[in-house]
Order: sequence, then structure tokens, then C-alpha cells
Amino acid sequence: MVSKKSKSWHWSQDVHQLFKKIGIKQIAYVPDGGLARLIERVQADKSMRSVVLTTEEEGVAQMAGAWLGGQRGVLLTQSGGVGNCINMLSMMQECRIPLLSLVSMRGEWGEQYPWQVPMGQSTIPALEAAKVIVHHVDQAEKVPETVEAAAKLAFDANRAVAVVLSQRIAGSGGQG
Amino acid sequence: MAARRKITLDRRKVVGQLLKDRGDLLLVTGLGAPTWDAAAVGDHPNNFYLWGGMGGAVLTGLGLALAQPKRRVLVMTGDGEMLMGVGGLATVAVQKPSNLAICIIDNQRYGETGMQETHTAHGVDLPAMAAGAGFQTALTVYTAKELSAAIPVLHSQPGPVFIDIKVTDSPQSMTLPPRDGPTLKHRFRENLLGQI
Ligand SMILES: Cc1ncc(C[n+]2csc(CCOP(=O)(O)OP(=O)(O)O)c2C)c(N)n1
Ligand SMILES: [Mg+2]
Repeated sequence: MVSKKSKSWHWSQDVHQLFKKIGIKQIAYVPDGGLARLIERVQADKSMRSVVLTTEEEGVAQMAGAWLGGQRGVLLTQSGGVGNCINMLSMMQECRIPLLSLVSMRGEWGEQYPWQVPMGQSTIPALEAAKVIVHHVDQAEKVPETVEAAAKLAFDANRAVAVVLSQRIAGSGGQG
Repeated sequence: MAARRKITLDRRKVVGQLLKDRGDLLLVTGLGAPTWDAAAVGDHPNNFYLWGGMGGAVLTGLGLALAQPKRRVLVMTGDGEMLMGVGGLATVAVQKPSNLAICIIDNQRYGETGMQETHTAHGVDLPAMAAGAGFQTALTVYTAKELSAAIPVLHSQPGPVFIDIKVTDSPQSMTLPPRDGPTLKHRFRENLLGQI
């Protein structure tokens, strides 16, 4: 494994290894540039099932089914996708089903694309309104430990948790 | 658009027949009347009833089917609930879960909210949408004979399979199963996994 100090280190490699360590078996996502490297890694890993969604709320429901069946999963979404999930999150809260989610931010640090700003600015308030616990990270080196802590809160304490990755980490992205 | 045929099947009888020999089937029901139908024909710890999360039944079934590849998983939901999450048919078709079956109790109405017409009352053809997504088996059932043929498909044909059962919109009594979320989750997991 490349050490964190190395230039070629990317948080996605540690997060992928963490997923393996804690037994993540289902990964659901609609792609986003900020998550692309993590998606490439998990897609190439045959020990976990990657599921491409048409809309992020599908992934919330899928995670509920996975948990009912005894598996752990993770939902990967852009901040825009959080807006697509709100009603489905009520299932996690009402049933106290764990949800671990990684949210890559747009419309925030250094954004130049105006259409990302409204949902980006609503993302954390919307998650909190839906009673999802938010861990915001703005340094790449802190992503793995934050995901690890969030996974405990999700799977051991039965909570819905979102690790929100600042745009500072992923870069300002393209047009989407 | 689907050819219109006369609708005669009664939803409670359909669901009774469907679940009579359920074996170790795992059942996910969509909110509204499909949940009451399942409860009316017999509450069961292998039933997970959605009381909300409209549009989420099929993907809940997918997550469960992927987690339990040796068990048959049936999603039984309404036409309205299916329409809200219709993109999920594409997601399921790409994953090709061989143990997942989807059954629509299609009264062509939003039952719980006052029997307003859904899109299927205007010819929108859910099995055609499922077939377009890539389901190899996607059928509409109108008659008792077609139903008898469809039941083994739902229970044992390699999935994913999709069957839309046209039922009348006659009112049914409400049988309410447990609706406390943690209770439903705990009993389902305890029965299936031996742990909550
Ligand atoms: C997001 C959302 N929109 C609307 C409703 C209101 N609602 C509750 S049940 C229902 C209709 C369900 O219709 P269908 O799935 O066809 O089931 P039926 O009762 O007809 O069998 C609607 C629209 C809701 N619960 N959630
Ligand atoms: Mg209906």
C-alpha cells in the first residue's frame, strides 16, 4: 500500500481496504467525479457487488434490503443525489436500519458551476433534517479514519450516517 | 400500450393463492393495499412490510436478494408504488438476480388515497417496461388460468421475473400487520439470521 505521505497516495485506496476489512458486500452508486477513483477500485473487487443506480434513492432502499438479509453496504453519492433520497431515508430512521453513505460535495469550496450551488448548499441541512448524522471532512488524510468511525456508528449503533467529503478534497470538478 | 382485456380477478384471492405454498419465501410488500393483502392472508416473520418509502419496494428486494442468494425473494407491490420507482427495473435487470421475482397487484388505481387512476389505467404497460429494461420474463395476468401458470414462475423460475396481475378495484377490508419499524426489522432478521 502506498503511504499517506507519498504523492501517489489517494484516500480511495485506504477506504477500499477499510470496506474489505469491515465486510462491505454491496456498493450502490450513481457516479460522481469526486468518487470516481473509489468506484473504479470497488468495481474491480470481486468480493463486493457494485450496483449502478438510476437514482440515489434506490440505493437507500437497497441498503435496507441488504441489512435485512444480513449484509453491509455503502451508498456513494454526489451532494446532488442527497436531494433524491430524502423520503426514502424515512425508512432507515423509522426502522433504525444502518446506513453508511459517502457524499462528495459540489456547490461548495471553489465551485464555479452555478447549478451545483443550490443543492450543494442544501445538502447538509437536508441530511440533518432527515436525521442522518453528518461527518464532514475537508482533508484527504482524514477520510479513512472518518469513514471507519462512521461505519461503527452506522453498523454497530444502528444509525444513518453520511461522510460528507468537501469539494476541497475532490477538487472543483467538471460541469456535472 | 397494452391491449385492454376484462379485469375479473379479486386481489385477496390472488394473494392467497400466491402465498399459499410459500415455503421459505422472503416477501417484501409495497406500502398500501399489498401490505394489507399479505397480512390478511397470514402475517409471517418472513414478511417485511413497507409502510412508507414509496417507490422503494423493488430495490429493497434487490438488496435482500443479493444478500441471500440461496433464498427466493418476492416483491409484491402496487402499480402506483412500482411507477414511482420504475427506474429500479433497469437497475435490477442489469444485476440479473436469479432469485428475485416482482409481482404487481395492478388495480390501475392509487388505492389508499381514494382510487385515483394510475398510469396503467391509461395503457402504460409495466411488463413492457420491464422487458425493455432486460427482464427475460415479463407477463401480464388477467385470468385465473393465467394466474395458475404464473405462480410457479414467481416461485421458482430463474429470475429476475416480472408479473403484473390485473385485479379489480373492489374495496377490501383492511388487515393491519405490525407497523412499528424496529419490530418488523427485528423479527425479520431474527427469523432469517438468528440475530437482530
Ligand atoms: C412519496 C409519497 N407520495 C404519495 C404518497 C401517498 N400514497 C400512499 S399509498 C399511495 C398509493 C399506492 O398505490 P398502489 O401502489 O397502486 O397501491 P394500491 O393501494 O392501489 O394497491 C399513495 C399515492 C406516499 N405515501 N408517499
Ligand atoms: Mg394500485
